[in-house]
Amino acid sequence: MYATRTRQARPEPFAVHVGIGERLGLAHMDWPLTIAALGLIAFSVLTLGQATQSDVPGDPNYFLERQAIYAILGIVGMVVLTRIDYSRFRELRVGIYTFLCASISLVFVFGFAARGSRRSFELPFFSFQPSELGKLLLVLALAGFVIDGARRGSPIQRTVRYLILGLAPAALVFLQPDLGTSLVFGVATLAVMYFGGVPWAHFAVIGGALVALIALVLVIAPAVGTPILKGYQEERLTSFTNPDEHADGAGYQQNQSVVAIGAGQLAGRGDKATQTRLDFVPERHTDFIFAVIGERYGFMGAAFVLSLYALLFWRALRIVTLSKNSYGTLVAGGIAVSLLFQTFVNVGMNLGIMPITGIPLPLMSYGGSSVLATFLAVGVLQSINVQAHLSQKGRFAW
Amino acid sequence: MYLRSDQQPPRGSRLALRVAVCGGVAVALFGVLFFRLWNLQVLDGDEYLAEAKNNRTREFKVIAPRGDILDRDGEVLVDNRTSLALQLNTQKLPEKPAEERAELARLAGLAHMTIRQVRRTIKESEEVAAGAPVTLRQDVGFDLIAYIEENQDEFPGVTVQRVFVRHYPHETLAAHVLGNVGEITEEELKEGRYKGLEPGDEIGQAGVEDAYDGFLRGEPGRTRIQVNALGQPTPGGQLVSTPPTPGDNLKLTIDADAQSAGEGGLAVRGLPGAFISMNIENGQILALGSNPTYDPTVFTEPMTQQQVNELYRDPVLAPLVNRATEGAYPTGSIFKIVTALAALENGKITPDEVIADGGQIEIGDQTFQNAGGVAHGSVELRRALEVSSDVYFYLLGLEMWETDELQEEAHTLGIGRPANLDLPEEGESLLPDKEWRNQLYKEGLTERPWSAGDNVQLATGQGDLQTNPLQMAVAYAALGNGGKIVAPHVGMEVEDAAGRVLKEFDPKIQREVHIDPGYRTAILEGLHAAAQGGEGTATGVFGGFPIDIAGKTGTAERPGHADQSWFAALSPYPDPRIVTIATVEEGGFGAESAAPVVLDILEALYEKHASAVSSAGGTE
Repeated sequence: MYATRTRQARPEPFAVHVGIGERLGLAHMDWPLTIAALGLIAFSVLTLGQATQSDVPGDPNYFLERQAIYAILGIVGMVVLTRIDYSRFRELRVGIYTFLCASISLVFVFGFAARGSRRSFELPFFSFQPSELGKLLLVLALAGFVIDGARRGSPIQRTVRYLILGLAPAALVFLQPDLGTSLVFGVATLAVMYFGGVPWAHFAVIGGALVALIALVLVIAPAVGTPILKGYQEERLTSFTNPDEHADGAGYQQNQSVVAIGAGQLAGRGDKATQTRLDFVPERHTDFIFAVIGERYGFMGAAFVLSLYALLFWRALRIVTLSKNSYGTLVAGGIAVSLLFQTFVNVGMNLGIMPITGIPLPLMSYGGSSVLATFLAVGVLQSINVQAHLSQKGRFAW
Repeated sequence: MYLRSDQQPPRGSRLALRVAVCGGVAVALFGVLFFRLWNLQVLDGDEYLAEAKNNRTREFKVIAPRGDILDRDGEVLVDNRTSLALQLNTQKLPEKPAEERAELARLAGLAHMTIRQVRRTIKESEEVAAGAPVTLRQDVGFDLIAYIEENQDEFPGVTVQRVFVRHYPHETLAAHVLGNVGEITEEELKEGRYKGLEPGDEIGQAGVEDAYDGFLRGEPGRTRIQVNALGQPTPGGQLVSTPPTPGDNLKLTIDADAQSAGEGGLAVRGLPGAFISMNIENGQILALGSNPTYDPTVFTEPMTQQQVNELYRDPVLAPLVNRATEGAYPTGSIFKIVTALAALENGKITPDEVIADGGQIEIGDQTFQNAGGVAHGSVELRRALEVSSDVYFYLLGLEMWETDELQEEAHTLGIGRPANLDLPEEGESLLPDKEWRNQLYKEGLTERPWSAGDNVQLATGQGDLQTNPLQMAVAYAALGNGGKIVAPHVGMEVEDAAGRVLKEFDPKIQREVHIDPGYRTAILEGLHAAAQGGEGTATGVFGGFPIDIAGKTGTAERPGHADQSWFAALSPYPDPRIVTIATVEEGGFGAESAAPVVLDILEALYEKHASAVSSAGGTE
């Protein structure tokens, strides 16, 4: 290396030799995070390839091929975002927020209805679900608003403002209706506020309000005859507490999912994984893909996947602390917590300890919007990491 | 606020705290997931695996055909025909009443029934065996199978099953011996002999179908196929297939020709009655029948109300009762051989001792007279049997009334006690004795204690005696074979489908009774004379029969009925091998109706074995 440098004609401090990694902006990527994300999507493609061969008649690789294409697009998107300084999103916060609300609203007008719910646009290659990308957009915009408004108004006013800004798109998504995604929006909002320094006392009040809201939605409103949730939504939310009672209805899916995972035992059943292969577990390529992993690959496979998520989250949380500015801290925190939330709720749902909410498993469930949006979110995390390194600040030993 | 400048991110302890809290929550959440995963997969994995395996397969039972039942020469008495039955598993019916109704209505249309009939059939079937598939209709066509398979989602729980139905080529022949099959009841399911059976399985419910059920039944086969969540078979999903093991064939000791002759003979009389023909050496029953009879085919299909009434609700004709084994009658004079043996063996008389028969005797304040009051003059044992002198036996009864000598002899010969027949149908019987009547008297159930008159009545087979052709056949067999009490039976051997003998039934002699050969000869001489001698009571019937026989008529006085006709024959004389007994309720004198039935049976037996008369009925 030394010899190489001596060959430089005019060594200049601002014209250092730039390697290929540097040129692609990959030099300061957080590699464990990258490995976790790539490992998860690889596992997803592998699982879909093995478990969905007979799902689409005449096209055994239907889901495999599509997921692989989404993965490639997602990885490209991640790399591109890695090279962009995320701080620009802060300046674009109003535009991002407007786009977010508009795209979600437009679904009501032009959306493609699937199973009684309008969530996505039919595009030539795939149906695009704006609320998936919205999870990232909301974090990017809201973090900007929080930083910007940090010195305006009293703490209570600020907290109320953030809540309104975050819960407006969440409400739109809820009306699609997409309960699961609206919950993610809500959690992302709270996460940004949490890392933005909203006082603990406010969270206590919000927590109390949430408890009251849940009571209102699940107990009081149905009792007075004006249910807020649709019947199937409520049943899904409550049936996990007593699945046997709902063994034929909402509890059925979850029972079958639990049976599938349990049947995988330590080493998995491979191609003998009948629960997931023979349609006993519904939505096995999307919401219940973890059940497929549990049955096919057993505890070893499922625990490996969970470990990758743990790695992903640990690196994301680490980036929270490394960020060169507060905006990065808030964005990283919002992304990290919403990924954690989605992972826990989805896996918990597969394991029968969380209600059925229709939240996909990030980087694992089949679906272009989700895969793309998650990779972009990871790309933003990488960008924060890269910028932290480039600014030569924020080195923080863990 | 610590956000003093957005270019100066907080490095303070407050952010560190928040990150640490967040990390702690994450560790807890991942901990919960790992713990749950470990619990499900490693700790309880076996359970879930079993559930998953059960989930994906559906087991079909392949019914095993029951074994055939053959007569001693291999003539088929019962076999099977196959039928396609429309069956409904009620547990798979929709839960919502409206949907259930809709499905039942569709089903009713297919089965050409009304929805009420469908519901009634289900209800009746549930009462017998809850949980078993309900057979709505038998003998449905292949087009119906195709229709149901194509529209399986409209008919949850409905299947078309190939079933075996009992087939009786000779219709009513030997119906009481054969018995019938029927669905196992809830009580039967708990019995040890039916271990492993399930609701809906068919078992023998009477006759040899019941007695030899274990041999006839066979083992159902199982086919497990893989199904998806909708219950549809998946391609190539046949997992295991155990073929059914057909039941073994049962060969009976029954001779279809003799059986047919006996039934025909009784049917001609048009009166209730019964007959039995048995090998006296080994107890093999050659013919055993009861009139009125029935066609067991009625049990293979749903019965009409009229059929139910005829079979179950007619206490007089009671066609299901096997009168040969379940009847309870006085026997009249055919009992006299028992009295003779008791008197001879106890030294009350010798064969040649002469008694004056004045036509009647007075005992106490009662007068006992011969049939028709005829005086037979001086009679010894042979003559007394030939002309059926009642006075001779009255006197013997009188002589033994204070002892139990007559009862003891009768009891040893098998009268008033189970003959241990291999059929489940064996009725109650009564041998009246001093103890029995005195006990009744003590309890105030009768107006007088045991008296000489009771024993005098018993000596001629009248009075309180209640027995049946089976018991009398065992007693006559003992006389014929010199004192061996055989175990009467109809099961001869079990064969596999290829005709290989798997098991032979040859029950041991139950006990022996002492019979002096001289006495035996004397009694047989008397019986021969009675059947074929110059003044024999049955000579009119057997005089022209080419085979010598020893026989005895009986005319029993049955309270509330006209006289019951009996005839017992040992053949051939003088070395008998077969006992044949018939009785006809309200048939009058023994020679009038019972003797002709015996003749019909003997003709059938000896015509067949004309070339080897001496081995007739033998199994050697």
